[in-house]
Amino acid sequence: MDFRLSPEEEAFRQEVLDWLKENLPKNWSGDRFTRDRDPETWNIYREFAGKLAEKKWVAPAWPVEYGGLGLSVIQQLIFNEEMAYHQAPLGYSVIGVGWAGPTIIVYGTEEQKQKHLGAITSAETMWCQGFSEPNAGSDLASLQTRAVRDGDDYVINGQKIWTSGAHLSDWCILLARTDAEATKHKGISYFLLDMKTPGISVRPLIDMMDNHGFNEMFFDNVRVPKDCLLGEENRGWYMAATTLDFERSSIGGAVGGRRMVEELVGYARETKRNGKRLSEEVTVRVRLADAALEVEIGRMLSYRVVSMQARGLVPNYESSIAKLFNTDMQFRLAKAGLEIMGLYGQLEPQSKYAPLRGKFERQYLWQTGMIVGGGTPEIQRNIIAMRGLGLPRQ
Amino acid sequence: MDLGLDEQQELLKNFARDFLEKECPESVVREMEEDEKGYSPDLWRKMAQQGWMGLIIPEEHGGTGMKLCELVVLLEEFGRALVPGPYISTVVLGAVPIMEGGNDEQKQQLLPKIAAGDLIMTMALTEPSAKWDADGVALEAKKQGDDYVLNGVKLFVPDAHVSDQMVVVARTSKGETAEDGITVLLVDSKSAGISFELLRTIAADKQCEVTFENVKVPAANVLGEVDKGWPIVEQTKRMATVAACAYLVGLSQMDFDVTLNYAKERVQFGRPIGSFQAIQHKLADVVIDVDGSRFITYKAAWSLQEGEPDADMMISMAKAWTSDASRRVVAHGQQIHGGIGFTKEYKIQLYFRRQKWMELMWGDADYHRELVAQALEV
Ligand SMILES: Cc1cc2nc3c(=O)[nH]c(=O)nc-3n(C[C@H](O)[C@H](O)[C@H](O)COP(=O)(O)OP(=O)(O)OC[C@H]3O[C@@H](n4cnc5c(N)ncnc54)[C@H](O)[C@@H]3O)c2cc1C
Repeated sequence: MDFRLSPEEEAFRQEVLDWLKENLPKNWSGDRFTRDRDPETWNIYREFAGKLAEKKWVAPAWPVEYGGLGLSVIQQLIFNEEMAYHQAPLGYSVIGVGWAGPTIIVYGTEEQKQKHLGAITSAETMWCQGFSEPNAGSDLASLQTRAVRDGDDYVINGQKIWTSGAHLSDWCILLARTDAEATKHKGISYFLLDMKTPGISVRPLIDMMDNHGFNEMFFDNVRVPKDCLLGEENRGWYMAATTLDFERSSIGGAVGGRRMVEELVGYARETKRNGKRLSEEVTVRVRLADAALEVEIGRMLSYRVVSMQARGLVPNYESSIAKLFNTDMQFRLAKAGLEIMGLYGQLEPQSKYAPLRGKFERQYLWQTGMIVGGGTPEIQRNIIAMRGLGLPRQ
Repeated sequence: MDLGLDEQQELLKNFARDFLEKECPESVVREMEEDEKGYSPDLWRKMAQQGWMGLIIPEEHGGTGMKLCELVVLLEEFGRALVPGPYISTVVLGAVPIMEGGNDEQKQQLLPKIAAGDLIMTMALTEPSAKWDADGVALEAKKQGDDYVLNGVKLFVPDAHVSDQMVVVARTSKGETAEDGITVLLVDSKSAGISFELLRTIAADKQCEVTFENVKVPAANVLGEVDKGWPIVEQTKRMATVAACAYLVGLSQMDFDVTLNYAKERVQFGRPIGSFQAIQHKLADVVIDVDGSRFITYKAAWSLQEGEPDADMMISMAKAWTSDASRRVVAHGQQIHGGIGFTKEYKIQLYFRRQKWMELMWGDADYHRELVAQALEV
């Protein structure tokens, strides 16, 4: 056991910090949640991804041949932490780098790797994830979108839902049923789909924050060449599980939470109520202390996943623990922030009175979505209980 | 002892539910979120025709003379339907101070108009200090001839921008205690020197910043006695706190009903999600929160209505509990809905966002827990 970073790792952290100082967009106040996903914000994301690409930092831990630097998972962690801490505008590459690319690295043909990984690391392509359907959410394996083999092509028909960023994406990791006769897990295939293919239509879904983040996606005789298939036909379910593990170990952002706690501490110190500072109130102090320690625990649960990867182990239910704890924790943190702010907590970012630019109010809504996205708490608990603890199935 | 509704209350409840289902459907709630006024004059008139504006106003002043417990029954239905607009502002924040502190002339002049739905009112109490207590009142009212001149800022004032009159809580002198020196004035909202700015809030309800710049108010508009107005505010706060609880009870109940229904209908893994024990236990926890909120709110309302000695503690217990419990309810509601809960289009988020508003109104759980502790003489 050793929580210390090596001198090289510390030096890398410093390098990231110095770079961020230079390259964070001017006037970027880290308000990801205050104006997420309007076109202007997406341009900021895109530009920032371009700057990272120049430094080969879109996916620094990927092999050099795919545009990474072959850094260690620990260095990648340091990188992720500093990006999260500085609330860097990373939205562009989240899916490509976080879970689409890694799945391609594991299962893709050399040709597929050449085609996609370099484009991800050079920030030329943005990815979305076409997994969920109206009747296949938690029960993803019951998905009904069909892909039928026709000569050298597949023809896809059906519908996806909740597809984040589909309206902006160039490529999509798509699950579709290729064998309607087989049991439900055994008839699914995994496709790498060009979003420009004729027959795809994307319809916006507006979320409760009044943002356009996710979408419905419809496929009407979408014809794709068979080399879009990832891995073997009908083995898609198992690759999807890998994708979801990658997704669950990258969601969470405990360190973004650390920054929010610091901001909250600053607010409590500066704000007076009842003639004294908020930070002198016991209820406020308890909330701040709880928030800080929960962030630290969330961080350790994420570190454990990375530390396993560094030892060459494949994390399993451990990613579910990190995902579940960290998204719940971020919701509690937002809630604690609003409680500390009292009447002011309800104000939206546009209000001149909004504390910390309304960031906590946005988070309070956003985290309800994050708790569900990537697998609900019940599904994570099922994984922890059955896959992790070996308890009998229901 | 009987924790159930009596016949009249049952009638009121059923009538209100049918009426609001028809007259205040979800589409009206959504429309009013975007609407600057935040209420529909048409619906307002229809509600007035039911006698709801005068529900707790004595018959001699044009009301129906019912009591707080009946108002609670009605407000539960308001919470259920998320009725937008200045109802609580007018009927509680406006009418109660007049009933408490007004002289005969003021009562005769204003109460019948409120009961008829011809007057929209609110109370301007809180300031940028965001305090519900007397020491938060700094807005100055200075005697000048036959007038008072008001200067200062009120913040988080519900529905002020559409009000005809405001009950303004002002400071006329600095007494020995914070409560000394507070005067309650009836102020015409159109008076020169008053300006309104709408605040954008999580619930898209309508709260305002109200700025007073040399606003002249005739001395005849003082409610009750000069410098001794705080008890009027206190009584209004008690009623408003109970009203907020009742709204939260209805809101929680509806969030729960919608969620329960969804759990029965939504199928994953070949069975309704409500058949999974994880979901069943959640829903069981939710119904405990909803029922607990309802009965402590009833108890608080009854205690206040009957003048029980522990009424204040009951009110604070009710608001402390209901503020937290309703938040747990709506958080579970979101989660049990999965992805659809996060969409704007589906109704459950309306409950989630509005819960936060009523959680804060008239004191959050922290504020009222402290009052409970004080009542226990801790
Ligand atoms: C902000 C956001 C972004 C998203 N982005 C994407 C995306 O880019 N691509 C994509 O494919 N999907 C995306 N999703 C979809 C997400 O993965 C699903 O919403 C999630 O898996 C839940 O599925 P569902 O919405 O159908 O809910 P359901 O599966 O219907 O779940 C409803 C409730 O039932 C419970 N439940 C279900 N099964 C069980 C069980 N066996 N035991 C106990 N409880 C159970 C759930 O926990 C939940 O509380 C996104 C969702 C959100 C909120």
